[in-house]
Amino acid sequence: MVKSATTKDDAHALFHSLRSAYSATPTNLKIIDLYVVFAVFTALIQVVYMAIVGSFPFNSFLSGVLSCVGTAVLAVCLRIQVNKENKEFKDLPPERAFADFVLCNLVLHLVIINFLG
Amino acid sequence: MAAKPDATASTFSLKTLKLKTKQQEILIRVTILCLVYILAFVTRLFSVLRYESMIHEFDPYFNYRTTLYLTEKGFYEFWNWFDSESWYPLGRIIGGTLYPGLMVTAALIYWILKFLRFAVHIREVCVLTAPFFASNTTIVAYFFGKELWDSGAGLVAAALIAICPGYISRSVAGSYDNEGVAIFALLLTFYLFVKAVNTGSLAWALASAFGYFYMVSAWGGYVFIINLIPLYVLVLLITGRYSMRLYVAYNCMYIVGMLLAMQIRFVGFQHVQSGEHMAAMGVFFLIQVFYFLVWVKHMINDTKLFQALLRIGVTSAVTVGAIALGLGTASGYISPWTGRFYSLLDPTYAKDHIPIIASVSEHQPTAWSSFMFDFHILLFLFPAGLYFCFKRLSDATIFIVMYGLTSMYFAGVMVRLILVATPAVCLISAIAVSATIKNLTQTLRGKPAQTLSAKGAGGTRGSSKQQASVDQSIPLLKNGASVLLLGAFYLLSRYAIHCTWVTSEAYSSPSIVLAARGAHGQRVIFDDYREAYFWLRQNTPSDAKIMSWWDYGYQITAMGNRTVIVDNNTWNNTHIATVGRAMSSYEDEAYEIMRSLDVDYVLVVFGGVTGYSSDDINKFLWMVRIGGGVFPVIKEPDYLVNGEYRVDKGAAPKMLNCLMYKLCYYRFGELTTEYGKPPGYDRARGVEIGNKDVKLEYLEEAFTTSNWIVRIYKVKPPTNRW
Repeated sequence: MVKSATTKDDAHALFHSLRSAYSATPTNLKIIDLYVVFAVFTALIQVVYMAIVGSFPFNSFLSGVLSCVGTAVLAVCLRIQVNKENKEFKDLPPERAFADFVLCNLVLHLVIINFLG
Repeated sequence: MAAKPDATASTFSLKTLKLKTKQQEILIRVTILCLVYILAFVTRLFSVLRYESMIHEFDPYFNYRTTLYLTEKGFYEFWNWFDSESWYPLGRIIGGTLYPGLMVTAALIYWILKFLRFAVHIREVCVLTAPFFASNTTIVAYFFGKELWDSGAGLVAAALIAICPGYISRSVAGSYDNEGVAIFALLLTFYLFVKAVNTGSLAWALASAFGYFYMVSAWGGYVFIINLIPLYVLVLLITGRYSMRLYVAYNCMYIVGMLLAMQIRFVGFQHVQSGEHMAAMGVFFLIQVFYFLVWVKHMINDTKLFQALLRIGVTSAVTVGAIALGLGTASGYISPWTGRFYSLLDPTYAKDHIPIIASVSEHQPTAWSSFMFDFHILLFLFPAGLYFCFKRLSDATIFIVMYGLTSMYFAGVMVRLILVATPAVCLISAIAVSATIKNLTQTLRGKPAQTLSAKGAGGTRGSSKQQASVDQSIPLLKNGASVLLLGAFYLLSRYAIHCTWVTSEAYSSPSIVLAARGAHGQRVIFDDYREAYFWLRQNTPSDAKIMSWWDYGYQITAMGNRTVIVDNNTWNNTHIATVGRAMSSYEDEAYEIMRSLDVDYVLVVFGGVTGYSSDDINKFLWMVRIGGGVFPVIKEPDYLVNGEYRVDKGAAPKMLNCLMYKLCYYRFGELTTEYGKPPGYDRARGVEIGNKDVKLEYLEEAFTTSNWIVRIYKVKPPTNRW
């Protein structure tokens, strides 16, 4: 009983500390995080749909899921490069980071459209 | 007035150009690179100068034929091509079963040249594609060396890789094969990835994804990249050298690269379904979990809570991953490692289970002599370079060390893979050479030797003091340094001589044209293969079907323009085994098989008159083994006598009467091949043949080339009923 209580306490403490630390992040990073969550959620919906309906045009399924995963990952990369706390990227102008992000997304979606079938 | 140039440069006439030191350095570098570029191209031209501009060997003929088709019919037809001229009666889906990178590259070069109004034939473009890309590889090697160490190492790497025999063997002019372009793509991908990890820029990661796409389109060896890079990421994660740049580089490269790779029909969905690609996916998920945990740790700043989260997170992630992998493999959804790559991990696998893979001569394990032959001094410069890399560990040097070690292991398993190890060996050796020579020359010039941890740069006040102490401590230091420097230059010059000799003697033969020395020392050319193929082209009906062993399939389709039963693609083992069974059976059984396959002509290669040792009689035991693997009626011991393979009087009776024996030795018993030996003396085996009185009942001789190397027989139609 004690163990589960401490695990629950741990989880609560964890949750609270995470919440307080997260609310301190700047708004632009929170927007990127929201986008990432949205993309991952869309990917999950597609996987559930595939589980229900079957994966017949497999290339379409793959292109759909990978486009969501791809934009999520690229958005995370953008967040890393724009985040002021990262010392390694402090001389990278955020415009350059965003331009790279747009370019990679462009290539990603061109390939997706070719692969969609 | 220009700045005073450095002591070493003033003796040149560069002073007249009034250049600053920096500009002089750039001029020297560019000159060296241009010379290396031209050298890499020129050293591969031996066979073009000695014989003629033709395509070598077997596989390049298929690539040439497909490139011809691409330039004549266009990309859409090429991509959807179904070929009914090979693997009769099955046909082959060429569009979906080839790696299009090489053909598209050659076609692009051809179209660009045509646009510029250079009227070249596509064959010339095909012949010279490999040397052109070898030159490009040296440029990439320069940039890679510069990224790893410094520009001096880059220059040495470019020079070493320009003439290294391990690379030349598969990229001479005329060797129009996938590896010629693939090694360029491999090195380019690795360079771009290391650059992405070093800079953390999404643009470089995207470029490396494109490099990976080019590699996937060019060669099946891309599996090496998609396993090495995740392994490298794993090593960085485990040793704690990870950083945000690694995350950016790997993720962008993996996702975009995987998507691009799936556009090639031959690769298809393998990136998500094949066991060989699962390492990359596993590391992808691991890296997400890992960095998420790092981020959470950064947010919480409380170790106790974090430990709890870490425990829960890691155990759940690993369990889920293991269950998913286990389910996938057990249910067969994730296919296990295919035979070709599994035999790299377990070298004895192919000999027992897949005789076709075991029979290819390039797949045999490597002997030490091959290593020495292909690498020369690089073989002992490689460990020296490893030492230097370990002294200055960074993301880039860890990568090159891993590339070098893994590729050397695989080079030891299969001769053909020395090619993949060559760039790594050249780069690492270049580091050793460059660092050593730099130290020696600095000792000679009186500057203190640079310590590799970059602390030794020192101020000007420290250098003079150290210079004095260096001079006092070891009196003959300068003499020793100059002796060592001379020794290093001697070694490098011997390397250059060795490489040129190896290229000239061993790797420049077209295999389709044989040369020998005549009695008076003059060169004698045997052009029998092309003679036979052109006879086929001109003297047989256009829908004739030719049966031969699979080695010659590509050449027959490309030069003879006739339908073949089996060719070098070897995708259907049962079909090849049927041909093997036909060759090893008695003539009447073989006739049944040939009638069922609609065979019109049979082609065999025979070296008894010229002493040519790569003929069908020497390959015959493989035909028996492959045929016997599928049809148990063919048993290998039937053809051997006490485990020995013989064709003379003491040979096994089944051997003396099988179809291959009869076709090779028909009318041979009347021929005197060598002075002083009885008629019917086989010069390749060195014995007098056993059965000289060969009579053919169901076939008749159609053509034998001038040196009896290729023999063609016509299958007679069934006789009329009486």
